[in-house]
Amino acid sequence: MAKELLKGNEALAEAALRGGCTFYSGYPITPQTEVMEYLSDRMPEIGRTFIQAESEIAAISQVMGAAWTGEKALTSSSGPGVSLKQEGISYIAHNNFPCVILNVCRWGNGLGSLDSAQTDYNRETRGGGQGDYRCIVMAPASIQEGVDMMYDAYDVAEEYHNPVVILTEAMLGQMIEGVNLPEFKPVKKLGLIRPYGRAGKDYMEKYAVHYNRMVDELERWESIQTEDADYVLVAFGMPSRVCTDVVSILRGKGEKVGLIRPINLWPFPFKAFEGIRPKAFITVETNETGQLVDDVAIAAKKSGAGDVPVYCLATHHECADEEAVLDYFEKVKSGSVKERY
Amino acid sequence: MTTRKKPEVWKKDSSFCPGCGHGIVIRLIAELIEEMGVKSRELHAVGCACNLNGCWNDPQLQCPHGRAAAVAVGAKACEPDDLVFTYQGDGDAYVIGLSETMNAGYRGNITSIIINNNNFGMTGGQMSWTTLPGQTTTTSKKGRDALKEGEPFKGPELLSQFENVKFAARGAVYNPAEVNKTKALIKKAFELQMSGEGYGVVEVLCGCPTNWKMSPVDSNKWIEDAVTRYYGLGIIKDETAKILKEAI
Ligand SMILES: Cc1ncc(C[n+]2csc(CCOP(=O)(O)OP(=O)(O)O)c2C)c(N)n1
Ligand code: SF4
Ligand SMILES: [Mg+2]
Repeated sequence: MAKELLKGNEALAEAALRGGCTFYSGYPITPQTEVMEYLSDRMPEIGRTFIQAESEIAAISQVMGAAWTGEKALTSSSGPGVSLKQEGISYIAHNNFPCVILNVCRWGNGLGSLDSAQTDYNRETRGGGQGDYRCIVMAPASIQEGVDMMYDAYDVAEEYHNPVVILTEAMLGQMIEGVNLPEFKPVKKLGLIRPYGRAGKDYMEKYAVHYNRMVDELERWESIQTEDADYVLVAFGMPSRVCTDVVSILRGKGEKVGLIRPINLWPFPFKAFEGIRPKAFITVETNETGQLVDDVAIAAKKSGAGDVPVYCLATHHECADEEAVLDYFEKVKSGSVKERY
Repeated sequence: MTTRKKPEVWKKDSSFCPGCGHGIVIRLIAELIEEMGVKSRELHAVGCACNLNGCWNDPQLQCPHGRAAAVAVGAKACEPDDLVFTYQGDGDAYVIGLSETMNAGYRGNITSIIINNNNFGMTGGQMSWTTLPGQTTTTSKKGRDALKEGEPFKGPELLSQFENVKFAARGAVYNPAEVNKTKALIKKAFELQMSGEGYGVVEVLCGCPTNWKMSPVDSNKWIEDAVTRYYGLGIIKDETAKILKEAI
């Protein structure tokens, strides 16, 4: 099939439908609004259910109701809107309902701004709501990858009986790239799902099995020239595209540099760190204080490279460009910046 | 011709689109604050009201989407002598913030000024609960289907059911006469609050030429001809006569 030029938000919305999504509820917020604007007439057109909710709290609650009846439900939002969904996501996770949540991440605390960012990494990878659960978190680096993830997201959510979060960024939502849209999957409604119950030994045992299965089976990443690397960059989403270029620039200059690109952010790809022992790990992230860096330090320790320093280039509300990463790399090499761990 | 002095509380020019109703209403509020000689606390939530950021010389706070009334109740409890008012859009006050708006009316002593422009202006013109039947928006591309998506939502009428709500009204700003009437409505609501006796709400029908894709002149005409058919102008509930007399 020929490639089409599509805006990220609209491409992912269409991919959700092709992957089987039968129900959507959401509330407008920039830079995600095109998802719901697109679905508002596209879903009725193909006989699926679209609701413009009165709030993000109502939207996730409606998703919970739809998932309970066996539908493949989607909601999408950004910034403060995703925060409002957290109570509902915790309930959904507790009930083992599959569903998909799309977060087109914008920068900031509070109202934040419309800048493209990765400031929600910690919240998304730690469950986000009350209690002790995790969402499966996928982070595409291109619109095509986002389309492919969204297309398969219901299969993953239903296989593991767990909510899936697709974490994109304002830039990925707003930009246009060539994409191949897959064919429509046949839609099958799920039967009744039985929650593991409330607190107690029975619940603990069942949730432990559930959790361990996700951890064991869902690590996904891409490694670029890490085997012999002296310096390993770690980045996901948009900064990882910049880092991919930086690796070839530096390799061209004879520097042994590689990149680990987490594709699933949770479970974190610890296996990507096995067997490599660079002089330093460097994370490149679009946030204020560095968040991915903590997981990289844990991964280094887990892989036996606990004494390898871990640096963090956090570029606030703007995605790093090549110059910024190259400049930071020189500083790491010359020892003029301090490691985080 | 008389030129009107710019009120002191107004700090710098706002950035509303040309022909937007927001600019007129906030100007009326600023004039009233000066004329009444009160100290105000302006709380706006999320929407094109955010264009007020940095425009107010009295204390000002930008609140979470829909929550300004709850934040205002908290502030008023601590500073009862200040004129504490919320400045919200229809989406903010009646859609996501419906619960906070109703609860402030139910037992608060604040004033809510609500700009009803029939859509979510700031996010690019999605359907709001106030959107007219048949009106097209980016999420009701074929026109709002009132049977499935609800009838136009009447906030002041609903609020007026509560005992604590002593004043509820709807104004408009599509011509100078309506602008003057709206100023008088807001004045009454502010005086009510300063008497300490209950909650007042004034909704104002405003144009959003940008998202309606109309000229400012056509927007005004559409409000006068079509919008006022669903949203009647004037006082909906007024129990201030006795209160304000006693306060004097
Ligand atoms: C929790 C949350 N959800 C969504 C948004 C995005 N948002 C900003 S303004 C707005 C709607 C504003 O509409 P309205 O209150 O009618 O104000 P107007 O711009 O029309 O004056 C929305 C949905 C947000 N900022 N926070
Ligand atoms: S988008 Fe509409 S409500 Fe917002 S400032 Fe422009 S005209 Fe006013
Ligand atoms: Mg509005």
